[in-house]
This record gives sequence, structure tokens and C-alpha cells, in this order.
Amino acid sequence: MKATLTGAAALLLAARVLALDGDVGLHDPSTIVRDGSRYYVYSTGAGLPVSVSDDGWTWRRAGSLMPSMPGGKPAPEVIARGGNNTWAPDVMKVGDKYFLYYSAPGTQPKSAIGLLVGKTLDPQAPGYGWTDAGPVVWSDGTEDSNAIDPGVFRDPTNGSLWLTYGSYFGYIRLVEIDTKSGLRRYPQRPPINIAINSEASIIVFREGWYYLLVTHGSCCAGANSTYSIRVGRARAVSGPYLDRSGVDMLRGGGSLFLGSSGRYVGPGHFGLLDLGDGVQKFSCHYEADLDRGGVSVLDIRPLLWRDGWPVAGENVVAGTYRLESVRTGTALELAVEGAPVGGRRGGGRRGGGPGRGEAAPPIPSQEGAQVSANWPAGSVETRMAPYLLQAQQKWAVTPVANAGGSPGSPYFRVSVAGTERSLAATGDGELIVAPMFVGAPEQLWRIDQLADGTYRLMPKAVPGRSTAMALSAIGGSSPTLEPFDAATDRHRWLLRTP
Amino acid sequence: MMPRAILAPVVVGAALYVSVAAQGVPVMPTLSSPKTATKPADADGFLQRWMILEPIAVDGQLFDSAVRTTVAREYFAGQITTIPKDGETVTVDGKPLQWHAVDTTNYNVNLIHFAAGLKKPTSNVLFWALTLVRARQDIADARLAIGSNAASVWWLNGREVISLFNDRQTVIDDGVSKRVTLKKGVNVVRAAIINAGGATDFCARFLDANARPITGIAVDLTSTP
Repeated sequence: MKATLTGAAALLLAARVLALDGDVGLHDPSTIVRDGSRYYVYSTGAGLPVSVSDDGWTWRRAGSLMPSMPGGKPAPEVIARGGNNTWAPDVMKVGDKYFLYYSAPGTQPKSAIGLLVGKTLDPQAPGYGWTDAGPVVWSDGTEDSNAIDPGVFRDPTNGSLWLTYGSYFGYIRLVEIDTKSGLRRYPQRPPINIAINSEASIIVFREGWYYLLVTHGSCCAGANSTYSIRVGRARAVSGPYLDRSGVDMLRGGGSLFLGSSGRYVGPGHFGLLDLGDGVQKFSCHYEADLDRGGVSVLDIRPLLWRDGWPVAGENVVAGTYRLESVRTGTALELAVEGAPVGGRRGGGRRGGGPGRGEAAPPIPSQEGAQVSANWPAGSVETRMAPYLLQAQQKWAVTPVANAGGSPGSPYFRVSVAGTERSLAATGDGELIVAPMFVGAPEQLWRIDQLADGTYRLMPKAVPGRSTAMALSAIGGSSPTLEPFDAATDRHRWLLRTP
Repeated sequence: MMPRAILAPVVVGAALYVSVAAQGVPVMPTLSSPKTATKPADADGFLQRWMILEPIAVDGQLFDSAVRTTVAREYFAGQITTIPKDGETVTVDGKPLQWHAVDTTNYNVNLIHFAAGLKKPTSNVLFWALTLVRARQDIADARLAIGSNAASVWWLNGREVISLFNDRQTVIDDGVSKRVTLKKGVNVVRAAIINAGGATDFCARFLDANARPITGIAVDLTSTP
């Protein structure tokens, strides 16, 4: 695990992290929610902008929410408690309804959080429309609270629903929500203070722990924004939330989850995107994407867990890797007779022995271009073997442009490095290395980093099969494709430096 | 590495084999002549009854093309189609070699025990092995799963399904076939195992569509495919 993360970090030095594709410029994204075949995210801006994606990789703007409301703006009660702005929403499906909470600040810290209720996120679907349920919580401008940045949380232990909110000017607060109405369950009770000196709060739950993720630092200053995502955890939803050093988040605690790195400055507004099968992602925005001229953009990244704490994973970057099975420790290879690096010794028998005597000149690395002429033409089987630094064991993982992808990543071509030979799924649910990459769905690979830092590799499609399948080390020397099972190491792979 | 297994005790229970217990070597009876009509796969699915031909001397090269060359040579007529009986002989390079039916007490078949017990060589040799697996119904999406020391090629019902090359130890489910149908009735599993030196053995079982061992099958070496 530790080695895996170290290896991944090292690879970042050689290749840029991939960002999402399409129109991803936004600020303060909600949790990403899938409705039907599409992913939706809402963000700060006039009318609450809507962004939509068919695959979680390529995004497009799809107007905004408020035009579907009477007057195209928050309800009068919301405006009266807060103001006219529409910022930083969050959304969750509860039962058969979507609750969409949004910030309606006036002159901060006079602010309110309003609630919209709808049955579908798809504007084209029958029954699309939102009902303004009025203000849920608010801050009067004098109290130690600024009621913006809602984060909604469903407690899996008992089904209760909670809302965290707040920004600087005081506390991050927690209230329980009625699962039927989306409004406060106990409006007469005072909110619970759970953190301070932060904003963009949200709670997630895992294995008996409640994790409070917040954003520290300042936003809205481009590449000078000091936003970072911080975390603490508690055994009860109401806290106390302590960071890794034991500092209460009510006293400003919060261990770093994600800060600026690479070409991205100022991550904030964590959102959990649980894809099932043990695959979790998180969304955030960066205050400045240097590759997009420093604008604020959405991103989706793997969510890992280590020692009971969330860890921000890295989306796969283009590079050359060895694909090592977690189960067997053997490496995926083109099934050809390997040529020992530096030449064969001992005639292939045991006892050929190591080199002896004085040090000799360095042996150059073996590249595909050097030895691939000896390989059979046409399609070749795959297999697994102890990694020996040989050319047929090194895989070039390359993003494929305009081919779509999955949340956070494009599809990848997986080819024997230095050749056109590309890994493909076959109609019988097995694998082959085709002589050329032609962009067929069976040659497009989805690569997800799993919670433990290992990877799942899945072809976009398996010919003739409707079930998604993942690369599997069914034997020490034998790969195949199987429906993914998060419980088995057969389906976990390491992408390691070759 | 010293070929330790050659120095290891070698014995089988049947009269076919030469007991070395009397020579002061501890007895390790992993192999014996079958005493029952059939032998069910064990709790982990391992096939524990095999027909094995006495070893054929080969050059012991283990890389891909060398193994292909070794296995492709015809040593005796019908070597990848014959269904031999216990005690049958074939002639290879002018010398008679005998087929032996054996049961193993372990998950694997120890070919050192087999060959050395017959006072046959265990280095630079090729073993032909075969078993007949009876299934009560068709089992779709099954897989033959083997381990071998060292290189090996495997056939199921006449079709090659697994090949493992290079010097290697026997690892359970090392070589696993693509999906096959284990047919109702008798299925022929055949293997060619090449050893260069040191220990030599193999193991085999079938896995179901969920990669779990198939246990409801049995070996019957007297059956006719």
C-alpha cells in the first residue's frame, strides 16, 4: 500500500494529472449525483448552474435551476432570511425525492439555506420541476454563524438525515433533517456546533466513523487561493470531530486531505461519489487550473482509505507501467518467449548462474522496438509471469482522446510499450493482444483506483456481453475477465514503475 | 539449488514400486496403486488419481520454443490420444516404458516419488500423465487449473488448454485454462510435464464459473471416453 502510493507519486513527476474533459469551469460544486444514465452537479452562480455528464468524464453546461422556479429566484421567505444570491448547493436523493439545498446569502453573515424539492434531475423527464420548500436554516448577521455551504448526510446506521452548514464568521453547524419534508426535524432545538474556521462542510461515514470534511483557507483569489480540504472524525455524528493529531475541529483542527499540487491550486468543496462495488471517488473544485488559464474547475478523483482516514487518490496518468497482480505478484505480459535482458545465459537450464568476475558495462533496458520483430504477427495471447524487465511485460497506458471515459478519467489504450499491440477483450470473456489499436470498445480500458490504492481495469465493452468485466488474475500465470468483485484480490492490480 | 527431492525418501505402496524403507530411508507413501473403482475429487477439488508413463529422457530445456519442440515430437504412437491401461507399455527410442495408475494422498502428484520409486531418472525428463474425469452433467464455464514443476502442456478432451514454460515450482492454480465445458460423462485430461532438475510434481483441479473448486466429480481410469 505504502509502496503503491509512493510509486504513483513518483509517476506524477513524469506526466501531468489528467483533468476532466469538456466544460468543467465551475465553483462550489454540489455532491455529484447520478440520475438515470447521467451525472449531475450544481454550483455557485446566477440561478444555480447545472452541469451534466453522460459518463462522468466529459461535462457540459445545461442551463440553471432557478428559471424553473416562480420568478426565477429563491422564494421570498428565503430571500428575507438571507439574500438574493444562489451559491454552493448540495443535493441528495431521499426516498423518491431529491432535496437540493442551496445558499442564499445576503450581506454575510446574514444568510439562509433554502430547499428545493424535485422528483428528477433530468429536465427532459416527465415530472421535472422543483418546489421551493423555503428556508431550512439561516443566520441573522449577528450570531456566530454564516448559513451557507450546505452539506447533506444520510446516516447509514439509522437512516437519519443531517445538514451541516456554515462558513467563516463562526461555527460549522449540524441540524437533523426530516426525511419526508427535507426541513429541520427539530426546529426548536439549537444547532450543534461541530467545527470552526472553515466552510464547505460535509459528513461521510465509514466503518463506524463519521468523517467531517471541510475547506480551510481562502477562496476566490485564483492561483493565490489557499483553499485546502481538511478532515476530522468522530464516533458520533454530533462530534467531537478530532483530527489526526487529536485537535478538535471546534478549535480549528483538521488534518490535510488535499492541498494544491501539480497544476491545480486551491481544492475545496469535497463531495463523495460512491460508484458501488467498493469504488469511491470524490469531487472538488480547484480555485485555479493553470492549464485552463487559472479558472476554477471541477475534478473527480479516487477516494482511498488508509489507517482509518481518507486519502486523496490520483487519477491514472499516461506512462509506462508493469501491471502486477495483487493476488499473485506476477505481471501481465504478451505471451511470447521472453529474451532475457542482456542476453541468455546458461542455455535456459537451471544453473546458468549469475555473472561473475569484474563489473561489466551496464546492460541497457530492453525496449519493445528492439525485440518485437521476433514476436508472432497478428493477435497474441496474454499471460502472467514473474517480472523480468522484459519488453513484453511493459505496458504503455495512454488516454484516448474523444472516446469518453468514466468519473474522473478518460478511457485508456493499453499497449505493449514501443509497439502498436494493444490489449483487448474477446467475445468469450477472455483477453487478447491485437496487433493494432483501432479504438474499438473492447480496446478502451477504464482504470479506477480502489480504496486501498490498487487498481481495477475494465474494458469499455466485452463483445457479446452486457455485463461489465474486470481484468482478473484467475491464475498465477493466467489472466482473464470476470465480473468485478471488490472482495477478491484477483481483480486488484498495481500499476508500478517498470 | 541442490535437487533435494532426489535425496528425499521415495516410496509407494504398490508392488510396482521399489520400497527403499529397507535401505534405511524413511517411508513417505504419497503414491499408491488405486484400490477403488473411482476416486472423487478431494474437498479442494484436486484430482488424486492419474495414469503416468515412466519418464522419457529429454534435454530439459524449459523456455517456450524448447518446450514446444520437446512436446511436439512423437515419442510413441497416439501419445496425445491414447487412453492407456495400467501396466501397458509403449516403446520410446527402443526402450519399453510402462504406464502406472497411481493415487496420491496429497493435493499434488510427486513425480520424484513416482520416478525414483521405479529407479527412473527425474532430471531432464518428460512425463506423460492422464486422467479421466467423470462429471454427472455438463458444467459450463469451468476451467482446468493446474500447477507444475516444471514446464507443462495440458489438453482437455483433445484440445490444448494450458501451457506453462520455464523453470517453476508447483503453485496451485498457476496455469488456468480459458472457460471450457466439462461435459457430462468422461473427460480426458492429459499433461506433458518436463523437468530439468530438482523437484518435480504437478497438481490439477477444475474451477467453476465463480473460480471455486469443483468437487462433485470423480476420476475413473477404467472408463471409456
